[in-house]
Amino acid sequence: MQRLLSSEFVHNYRHNIPAVLGSLLVLAFAFLAIFGPLLVWQDPYDVSQLELMDSFKPPVWLEGGHPRYLLGTDGQGRDVLASIIYGARISAFIGIAAMACSCVIGTILGLISGYYGGMLDAVIMRVADIQLSFPSMLIALFLMSAFGNGIGMILIALTAVGWVVYARTVRGSTLSEIQKEYIQAARVAGLSDTEIIRRHVLPNVLTPLIVVSTIQVGSFILIEASLSFLGVGVPITEPSLGLLVKEGFDVLFSGIWWTSAFPGLFIMFLVFGINLFGDFLRDELNPRLR
Amino acid sequence: MAEPLLDLRELQTHFQTFGGLVKAVDGVSFNVKAGEIVGLVGESGGGKSVIGFSILGLVDPPGRIAGGEIRFDGRDISKLGEREMRNVRGRDIAMVFQDPMTSLNPVYTIGRQMDEVLRLHTNLDEAARRIRCIRMLEDVGISGAESRLDAYPHQFSGGMRQRVVIAIALLAGSRLIIADEPTTALDVTVQSQILKLMRRQVQETGAAMILITHDLAVVSEMADRVVVLYCGKVVERGLTEEVIRSPAHPYTRGLLDSIPRITDRQRRLRQIPGTVPDIRTLGAGCSFRGRCAHAQPLCAERSPELAPVRGSLDAACHFPLQETL
Amino acid sequence: MTQPVLDVRNLVKSFTVGDGIFDRLRFTGGKLLAPPKVVNAVNSVSLSIAPGEVLALVGESGCGKSTVAKTIARIHAPTSGEIRIDGKEVSCLNQKELRPVRRELQMIFQDPYASLNPRQRIKDIVIEPLRAQSDRRMSSSDIDAEAIKLLARVGLNAEQANRYPHQFSGGQRQRIGIARALSVRPKLIIADEPVSALDVSIQAQILNLMMDLRDEFGLSYLFVSHDLSVVHHIADRVAVMYLGFMVETASRDQLFATPRHPYTQALLSAAPNVDKALRKPQAEITGEVPSALNLPSGCCFRTRCPLAFARCAVERPALLPQRGGGSVACHLHDTVPEAFPT
Repeated sequence: MQRLLSSEFVHNYRHNIPAVLGSLLVLAFAFLAIFGPLLVWQDPYDVSQLELMDSFKPPVWLEGGHPRYLLGTDGQGRDVLASIIYGARISAFIGIAAMACSCVIGTILGLISGYYGGMLDAVIMRVADIQLSFPSMLIALFLMSAFGNGIGMILIALTAVGWVVYARTVRGSTLSEIQKEYIQAARVAGLSDTEIIRRHVLPNVLTPLIVVSTIQVGSFILIEASLSFLGVGVPITEPSLGLLVKEGFDVLFSGIWWTSAFPGLFIMFLVFGINLFGDFLRDELNPRLR
Repeated sequence: MAEPLLDLRELQTHFQTFGGLVKAVDGVSFNVKAGEIVGLVGESGGGKSVIGFSILGLVDPPGRIAGGEIRFDGRDISKLGEREMRNVRGRDIAMVFQDPMTSLNPVYTIGRQMDEVLRLHTNLDEAARRIRCIRMLEDVGISGAESRLDAYPHQFSGGMRQRVVIAIALLAGSRLIIADEPTTALDVTVQSQILKLMRRQVQETGAAMILITHDLAVVSEMADRVVVLYCGKVVERGLTEEVIRSPAHPYTRGLLDSIPRITDRQRRLRQIPGTVPDIRTLGAGCSFRGRCAHAQPLCAERSPELAPVRGSLDAACHFPLQETL
Repeated sequence: MTQPVLDVRNLVKSFTVGDGIFDRLRFTGGKLLAPPKVVNAVNSVSLSIAPGEVLALVGESGCGKSTVAKTIARIHAPTSGEIRIDGKEVSCLNQKELRPVRRELQMIFQDPYASLNPRQRIKDIVIEPLRAQSDRRMSSSDIDAEAIKLLARVGLNAEQANRYPHQFSGGQRQRIGIARALSVRPKLIIADEPVSALDVSIQAQILNLMMDLRDEFGLSYLFVSHDLSVVHHIADRVAVMYLGFMVETASRDQLFATPRHPYTQALLSAAPNVDKALRKPQAEITGEVPSALNLPSGCCFRTRCPLAFARCAVERPALLPQRGGGSVACHLHDTVPEAFPT
């Protein structure tokens, strides 16, 4: 631990203001998502806790605001802040879970593709090329409207979109790693292909994935928000940030801006923070820039 | 006596790294006269390449020239600005790098890369420049020079590329050529051709050359004088013949002994024990003492100064070796 | 006569180069064909190594010496030919069948920076061949003890066992690579340019270590190098390669005293030397090694050979045994001595 704290990585991090800012943002959001429900007084999805009388209250600093509802309420009297915190949990879960799924699947396919080459490689990479020639939003939209919505479906759709980046990154690093003599040494040592992939190739292709994953979580949260906003995302019983924006959007033009603006701002800062941190990681871990 | 073409005085080049200050070049002094080949020898980490880059003003941050003078033709070029330095580079001082694969730009033809040097540093018109380029390619032994001008670097083999690099270095009539491991990437039969070419070019043009290499055999065949570096310091310098025949510094001796020779009957090589220490943690005393068979308590206390030993030899050693022959 | 540790007969290795199938598509005689572009890296090379013997394979870059080494180590599969290790034919075995063979044959690599996995601890690196052999029945304390023993033998201490490769210098890493090769106590070690990336003073340490280990464990080496002076120190016999062909084999003393092939002579005289007296008038050769994609007709060396004559362009010289031992592939030496038993 002492070694880590005095390392060059930590030193560079502490002198990189955007990186510190980004990670503070991410940490703050993570804290809210994990402990948030303990901090707000209302569970917006427990009907018994809702006061219909309090619907469409503006934020506390505006005329007519109520100190119980810091950021105002929506049409059913739900506290916007509480909705955001509960919604952020769902958004973050979807972003991270989809990242994990596409990371596992993409890495496995990329390793196979890069290590064995030949026909397998050609097939996997052509599928990836086709995949990349469509906007990822379009693919997700198509899958969601064809097979129905729900969190499980969103994960499948996002994984279908996201594995390509991992597969290509891993294949590229695998191709350069297997040229190196330590892979030949492992073969001379008598290791089987699976052992070589697991013990030698995999640990050496992981670093760039950290960067990809960070950025990926951000973009998954955005895609999910867009899908939900378009009405093909999460079900209404498990509203994510995107769905909150959509619901607020319906009443936006009647002057009730807070129900959609605050979830929207929340998404923006969250993704902004993730990307700032991701950029720092990319600069630090990308050996080509060093 | 005429002033030497290049005179390095107590050159200091330091790199500020995360792990501490690295004195890659730590008080190096030597000079080069016109028409002379001086060999800079040492192992990796000795600082020999950094000296080359320092002379050309190509030390990038976190490195910087922290002290000393680089007097070229009587003026200190270490304090020149980038614009003035650009005039010195290419015209007065040229460099031949180790890797002929990467020191040419792959997207331009040989002719264009040669022409660029002449355009920047001479007032010749286009036709004259072309003739000069063709002459120069012929001089470095490239046949069919005229048609080769339109070829791209990848159409040349490694040895041919190094010839082109040398031709470019000589084009503008530079008075000093810094060759950094010019033959390390080449095969031995090609190496001997390139070395011969470089020696001939120096003799014909009267230019001076600094030959940076790890290979004492190359130096002994090429150089008039040798400067041996260890951990950023000059440990020994003198006429090549004297240094090779009876070195005064134990490091030079060790280097010479560890070269495998075809004449040796005995199979075991004499070796220098240990490895090059970390420059950042050297502390006081002689930096070679940890590997030296002759080290005494004094060596740990005081860093030896470079001082005349005998003949042309200067050595930085408290207990220089006696003449062997 | 004792059985050779390594016996290679007529080894051929060719690589298909070039890119995908679409780059090779050609219309030939009205048909669409995709002819494979083939480089013959190794052309019918035969060699054998007796127990305890050091055979050096010498040549310039692109002569196929490393390919020979890596094909024998079965990193590449041979195109044709026989490879017998300790009497066992291995050229057709698959990776799984090769595992027991790895106990007899190990390899040391050229690049000390690329040949160790940067994410593995030193103790895991050196023990890997042994672990692969023992089907993972080793306890971790056995592994540690064995690793420390191996490291100690190559001059590294026990505290260093838990470190990672980047914490070591080039010479130390090469020691680690040697310890790894030693872990299964092989009979034969293939060393592919093991000292060419090292500083001179370190090079001497590694060469001495390799010679000590040979005496201690009765090892045989196939020692691949471009540097004749290094070879002079370690080899018992020398084989010289040029463009995938073996052009001369001889005992060390014979090769250095009386090189017979013009290429061997050129190699010897081109090497720079610190001893002034030894600088011979050079057997000047010009030009560079031609491309293996487009071999010259007849003798491959004729394009650079100062002694080439008409026959060299027509007929490829065979590697023929010579009076006084060794063999040479050159038309100037192709009269088989009468006394030689055929």
